[in-house]
Amino acid sequence: MSVYFLCLVLFSIGLYCVLRKRNIIKIIIGIAIMEYAINLFFILIAYRWQGRAPIMAQGREILGMVDPIPQALILTSIVIGLSVLALLVGIALRIFDKYNTFDITKIKRLKG
Amino acid sequence: MLELQLLLLFMIVGAIIAVEVKDMISSVIAVGAVGLGLSLAFLILKAPDLAITQLIAEILCLIILIRATLKKDLPLVRDGRWFFNTFSTLCFITVFLGFAFLVLKDIPPFGVPTMKIAREVLSCSLDKTGATNFVTSVILDFRAFDTLGEATVLFCAVMGVATVMRKTGRKKTKI
Repeated sequence: MSVYFLCLVLFSIGLYCVLRKRNIIKIIIGIAIMEYAINLFFILIAYRWQGRAPIMAQGREILGMVDPIPQALILTSIVIGLSVLALLVGIALRIFDKYNTFDITKIKRLKG
Repeated sequence: MLELQLLLLFMIVGAIIAVEVKDMISSVIAVGAVGLGLSLAFLILKAPDLAITQLIAEILCLIILIRATLKKDLPLVRDGRWFFNTFSTLCFITVFLGFAFLVLKDIPPFGVPTMKIAREVLSCSLDKTGATNFVTSVILDFRAFDTLGEATVLFCAVMGVATVMRKTGRKKTKI
């Protein structure tokens, strides 16, 4: 259980960063940290004591393996997280072109 | 699982450094340390496919984030409601962690997964798909539509980045 709890502490560091920082790049970094924590949480749930990687080999019984379903889901999630990060950085750079700052309290014009 | 706990502590320290350090390049490098630690954690948790994918994704993530480190971090301003905002955020996070601590007693303990769906998959996967790697058989056969959706999301994100970052057709306007 302590491993789960450490994983959630990592998540809440990302949450603090998203809620309290004013720099857009820091907020993006916080989102990335939260995403890492969630991915790790799924894989922690899938783990089995003394389990093997979910790859079939000759003469091995099936039930001593870790759970392959969350691993397959997280494999999708990592790639989507990367593309979302690229999109966020693209929008942030565009905002920097427009406003010449990364401070979210200065970015408050509705048009132009 | 001592090595896993040490790795998690390393990741937490790296995350705190990434959040709090002033220099943006150092912050991005600390995020890279967290991501590579995550890759090692996947390797310890017996997920080699994920470890490889995370390694590649982390390197690309570093390259993308270094493009964005144009300026140093903003100076800290402690005016007005700074204290109240930080205090309420910390209160919220404490409540969140407290509830998480209570709820974590009810999910299956670490190391004993409930493999309801996975048992079906593991028992018939080799006959039905012929793939010895079960993760591959899940993402490319049992959940192929899911992977198609992932490719769609990836395509949309690439189109979005190309649209946002393009140079032609952008008018030069004064701020």
